[in-house]
This record gives sequence, structure tokens and C-alpha cells, in this order.
Amino acid sequence: MVVVLRPKRAFKLPVEAECITPDSFAGKSVDEIGKLKVWEGNRERSLNELFSVEGEIGAKPEEVMVKIFGDVHKVRRIGTQMSAGEIVVHGDVGFHLGEEMVGGKILVDGNAGSWLGSMMKGGVIEVKGDAGDYVGSAYRGSSTRGMSGGTIVIHGDAGNELGYYMRKGIIKVHGNVGQFTGVHMKNGIVVVYGNSEGRSGAEMTGGKIVVCGSVPSVLPTFTVEAVKSRVKINGEKLAGPFYLFKGDIAEEGEGKLYISKASNAHLKSYENLV
Amino acid sequence: MDIAIKDGKIVEKVEGKGVKVIDASRMIVMPGGVDIHSHIAGAKVNAGRMLRPEDHFKDVEVKTEKTRSGVGHSIPSTFTTGYRYARMGYTTVFEPAQAPLKSRHTHEELNDTPIIDKGAYPLLGDCWFVLERLAKGMIEECAAYVAWTMRATKGYAVKIVNPGGLEAWGFGGNMRNIDDTVPHFNITPREIVQGLCKVNELLHMPHTIHVHTNNLGKPGNYVNTLETMKCVENLAHGDKPVIHITHCQFSAFKGRDWHTFASGAEEIARYVNNHSHVTLDMGQIVFTETTTMTADGPFQFILYQLTGNKWINGDVETETSTGIVPFAYKRKSYVHATQWSIGLELALLIKDPWKIYLTTDHPNAGPFIYYPKIISWLMSRRAREKVMRKMNKRARQKSLLSTIDREYTFYEMAIATRAGQARALGLRHKGHLGLGADADIAIYNIDPTSVEPSKDYQLIRRAFKHAAYTVKGGEIVVKNGEIVKSVDGKTFWVDVETSPSVDEFVPRLKQVFEDYYTVQYENYVVPEHYLAVSCPVHTKAEI
Repeated sequence: MVVVLRPKRAFKLPVEAECITPDSFAGKSVDEIGKLKVWEGNRERSLNELFSVEGEIGAKPEEVMVKIFGDVHKVRRIGTQMSAGEIVVHGDVGFHLGEEMVGGKILVDGNAGSWLGSMMKGGVIEVKGDAGDYVGSAYRGSSTRGMSGGTIVIHGDAGNELGYYMRKGIIKVHGNVGQFTGVHMKNGIVVVYGNSEGRSGAEMTGGKIVVCGSVPSVLPTFTVEAVKSRVKINGEKLAGPFYLFKGDIAEEGEGKLYISKASNAHLKSYENLV
Repeated sequence: MDIAIKDGKIVEKVEGKGVKVIDASRMIVMPGGVDIHSHIAGAKVNAGRMLRPEDHFKDVEVKTEKTRSGVGHSIPSTFTTGYRYARMGYTTVFEPAQAPLKSRHTHEELNDTPIIDKGAYPLLGDCWFVLERLAKGMIEECAAYVAWTMRATKGYAVKIVNPGGLEAWGFGGNMRNIDDTVPHFNITPREIVQGLCKVNELLHMPHTIHVHTNNLGKPGNYVNTLETMKCVENLAHGDKPVIHITHCQFSAFKGRDWHTFASGAEEIARYVNNHSHVTLDMGQIVFTETTTMTADGPFQFILYQLTGNKWINGDVETETSTGIVPFAYKRKSYVHATQWSIGLELALLIKDPWKIYLTTDHPNAGPFIYYPKIISWLMSRRAREKVMRKMNKRARQKSLLSTIDREYTFYEMAIATRAGQARALGLRHKGHLGLGADADIAIYNIDPTSVEPSKDYQLIRRAFKHAAYTVKGGEIVVKNGEIVKSVDGKTFWVDVETSPSVDEFVPRLKQVFEDYYTVQYENYVVPEHYLAVSCPVHTKAEI
């Protein structure tokens, strides 16, 4: 049962559309969905003023598949708190996609904005393009509600502060990441297949961060523990060798930071300390 | 019977055409609620707002035609604070911790808190000038300074937080008990409390001294609380109270450490039942996520160490300190569940409702929006038992609550939520519906003749959450739980009249500002026109 949404025009102002989820669509007719409320800037509008809605709707969230065609990079909070079903976005999408998501699946063909999957509890998000900052993070300034489950896979690059206050779950980035990956991380796994701009794991107290590419340096509050030939992540084996760092000592942390040896010749002096 | 209102006061009767009539038959009519202790404004409250963005985004109030928008669960923004109090039928609220140096900030926020009348208590228990004068036995000069502070900061009562402890905290120390010596000042907390109590009597302040005891929040502190109450026993005249122990729940802990932690409510209640010089407020725990904020810097540091949460600790020059830590009270925690029990035990074991008032020490033990819940716990044994069934088993077995049958009546509830608090604050025109009282009235949609609070506690909770009507100064501000009009509330402060001879201390005070403060004497004073609606309470001092 597929519902298709197409934006009627290019949005200039941000649109807050937390109603675009399988949960709020389930069991409704096309007309009822069209009447759901969204905010465009400071004006409240109904969904069918901004989108054309067509298709068939299942009775339960898990039977609903929402397809969005077109550029919705100004539309925020799609998939907020969704528990089941599927959302597919053929194009770019805005901030807070899949925020506080509990289950189900989101697939994005293009790029996603910042706060992708923030405060997420479960489910899967896959982005074919790039993602912005704060992927899988806590609410800005919060220290209690980081990502606590689920999977995020990004095939392009991601920005700064990915996995901020992360508690559980896994984030994989096939491209490069910005600074402060896994800052304040408590638990969970972050894998970066590309390069990192550094400062990974600042103030982390637990969890694992793997960087397969290069890093400018490792924070001085991390100590080198060993050189490992490979890392096992959820059954997947990443071929090394990797330097294993532990930290952040400033927080008496037990976090593990794996940095590829091959891509980081400038870290060779750490081997003397092992 | 009818209650007539004219020009914001309750009068014998009103005549003429166009008289507006509210039909309150089959409803409860009470004076507007009075909250003696609720942190709603000031530098520390605002720092708490900044520390906790996650507190705001889940609790949003949208702008309407009559009200402004706002956010915040445990630390709502100023406008939201005013609206939420008014919706519960509360019309007077006091901010209990105003750092004297930060008075302008406090009054700016109070000005922006609509509908409710308010006031603030300056923190004086650790001020260098006070400590020095009390250590030398210069009670009169200390009194002159306190009188000046009330005028200068537009304060309402003397607040003492962890006497001596905050000053010691500046050097990494704290007060272990009431007879510990404050470093560099050669004075003990006992002498501070006694000294300021005498000062309070000399100045004929409307409220007693408002004390947050030493060792607050530490197991075994009930001994210290009893000592604090005893130390001013012989300063009392007749039945008039001379000390208010605030958020007493946090000061009624027994045990040597957190494992042997237990309730000391029985001992405190026994003392209070036998003495008339002390009033208390509950500081009742609610199981929720909240933000703790007190001037008690050392205690907040301990709380940070316990929780590992984000935190703020601050120092206000020569006057006081501060601390903020987000905190979650959990049913399943033995300590939290026992704390919940202690608050209710105190309120139920102290027989006279004029001696203990309902507060949550907002937001320390829980946001004030949970008052209706606490009212239902006090009025219904069944409501208490329902919570107890779900809480920590060891705490439930040790709790005295299962042995207490008492349930508050509506009259007792009215005393604990308005009349008693108004009397303790010396507000003659509040807390009653007699002739000449301010027309602050709350009408709740419950029929006291047919409702049985012990059974229908859900009904009680709903009714007290959304007042059918709230009348403030003769204007209907709330109807069916919705704000229909926003008015400005008054700010109370105490204007103490002293004899001109005591002003001799002013040059010495100016020297203190010169030596120790970042602010000059002239810039320190908050002028009266700074308050949106100033309402000075005049008293005549004996000095």
C-alpha cells in the first residue's frame, strides 16, 4: 500500500511536517491525510495545500509505505516518532529526518539535512547521499537523550558531532566525517570508512569508534593500548591493522577508538608506547 | 451566601446595574492560592533555563489572543509561569532565593511574570557584612543593614541558606553541623540563625526568617534540623512563629549513609506538634524529571557527584553561592521513594495545618504544576496507596504512610495551600475571603457536599488543575482553566522605617562596596520605579 506525496511548489520557508509518518497516515483516507496540519514558516497549513497526496493507505502503520518525489530539502521532521512502515524520499530531505524514530525504515535517494535520526530508538535509516551535522545525536544541549538504538547508514559524507551523546545502536558512514565524531558518547558503535577531520571521541565514556581513513591527530586525553590486526563489528570484520586508543581519560572513560594504521603514518610514534 | 467584590477588594455588598455575577453554586470557593517558596525568577533560574534546552522543547505553550507563547516543563519561561499558576487558582507566589547583587535580574523577571502577585527573599545568611557584624555582636548595625537591603533590593524576607556553609564553600569547605566555625569569621551557624532571628524581630518583618538548614540533603540531617529549630526557641514571644524551615522534606533524613537512609519525619513532627514557634513547608517529591537549583553550592556539588549530570556552580561575590543540576526522581529508587514518603509523613503527622504548607520547592522536588497531585495524595489514602504499590519495595515496607489514616479535609487543604501561607507571610489581605481582603479568588468545580475526596481523588486532581474561575484583584483572569485576561501582578517588598541615627553605618557600608564589590554603592540599589507594580509593606523598626 503506497502513498505518494509530491510537493506542489518549491518551498522557500521551512516546513515542519512531523505528521508525515506511517503512524499518522495509517487507517486514514487520502482526504483525511490531506487535512493533517503542517507549519510553513509561521503559518499553519493543511498538508494538501503543500503536497499532492494520492495512493492507497493501509490500516496499520506497518502496511504503509510513504513515497516522496521531489525536492523536500526545506521540509523538516519527516518520520518523527515513527514506529513501523517505510518512508522513501526520492530527492533531498531537510532537518530532523526520523527524529525519535522507534521502528520501521527510511530510505533517502539524495542528501539529508542535519539531526538525521537524532534521539532515535530503533529502526533503520539509509541515506544514499550526504548527511549534515549531528547525525544520531541528542537534542542540542541535552545530555540525556542521545541515539539509543537502531541503525543509520550514510553512503556519502557526514558533518560534525555525529553520534553526540550516543547510547546504543550503530552508525556507519562510507564517506568522510567532520570533527568531534562520537563526542560525549556513552555506548554504541560508529564506523567511518573514509577520513575524519579529527577530535573523535572527545569526552566519550564508552562505546566504539572506528576510523578506516586518516585523522589529523588523536586527542591527547586518549592513551594507546595496542595495535590490532582487525576489528569485528556486529559480525563484520574490518581488516586493519588499527591502533587501539582508550579514553577519554578526562572523563575517566573506557571508550575504544580504532584508527587505521595504514592511512596514518604520522601516528607511528604511538607504537613506541604500546 | 454571596461574596461581593468592588475595586479589587471584598466588600459587604455591591449595588447598581451591570453587576457581573458568577454562579458558583455546587463549587468550592477559596481565596487565591499562595505559594511561600517557589523558584520562579532570578539569575539562577535563568541559568537553569539555559542549561536545559531539553526541558523546553517537549513542553510548549502556543500563543493565543490573550496569552504569550512560552516553553519549559520544570523551569517554564516567565509568562508561562504566571499563566500556569493562575490556571491552578494561585495568585501569590514568592521567589525564595534572590542573591542581593542580582536583584535587578530577579525583578526584571518578576515584572514579566503576569497575573500573580510576587515578592523575593534576599539571601543574607552568608553575606560578609552580616557575618562580621553578628560575630562582633553588633545586632543593631546588622539590623540597619538588613533594613537597608530590603529597601535596596526590594526584598520581602530574610532568607538563610546553609548558614555559614556557603561562605565556607568559597574555600572548598562546608558546615558539618550547627556549631561548626565559619572560616575567617569566627562565627557558627547557630549564632547566624539566632542573630538574624533577633534582627528580624527588631525590624518587625512581616515574615519570619526563612531557613534552609545546614547539611540539607544528607542522611542524618534531621538532628541538625531539630537543633536549628531549638536554637531560636527562647526568642519566641507567645504563639508567634519566629522561624520557617523550608522544604523540610530535604532536612528530615535519618541514617548514616545512603544505604541506611530512613525517614526522620516522626521526630520532626513530634517537635513541631509540641512547639508553636516554627512553621514548615513540605518540599514534596514528585516522581518526574526536574531541575534542582539552590543557593546551596556545596549540596549541588554533591548532587553532581551522585548523578554525573551536567551542572553549574556559581559564586556571588561576598554574598552567596549557587548550584544547578538536572535530576530525575524515580519510583524504583529506595532513596527517592523514601523521600516521597517523608514529605507526606511530615504533612500528615503534623496535626496543625497552620504549621506546614504545601510546596514542592519548585523546581527542586518537582515542578509546581504537580500541586493537584499532591493535594490528592493528602486528601486520599487510596491515592497514596496507589503510588506506594508501584514504588520501591524496601521503601514501601519502611514507610510510615501505611500506618497513617489521616486525610486532609477541604478546610485543611485551603489552609495548607493559601490561608496558612498568607498568615506566615504576614499578608493580611490574602488567604481569606473576609471583608477588606484582596479579591483574589479561586473557584474549583467540585461539589464538597457530594464528592468524597478519598474515593474521587482523580476528580480532585482534575478540578485543582484547572480552576473553573480565577479572580485576581477583582478581574476574572481564568475561566474553565483557560486564561481570559492577563493582568499585572504586584511586587511586595518591605519598607522598614528606622530612626535616622542608624544611618551612621552607611559610610562603613560604602567602604565595603569600595573594597570588595564590583558594583558601586550607588548602582547597587534597585529604584522603586524599576518594579512594574510596586507594593511596599511598611513596618516600623525598634532601632
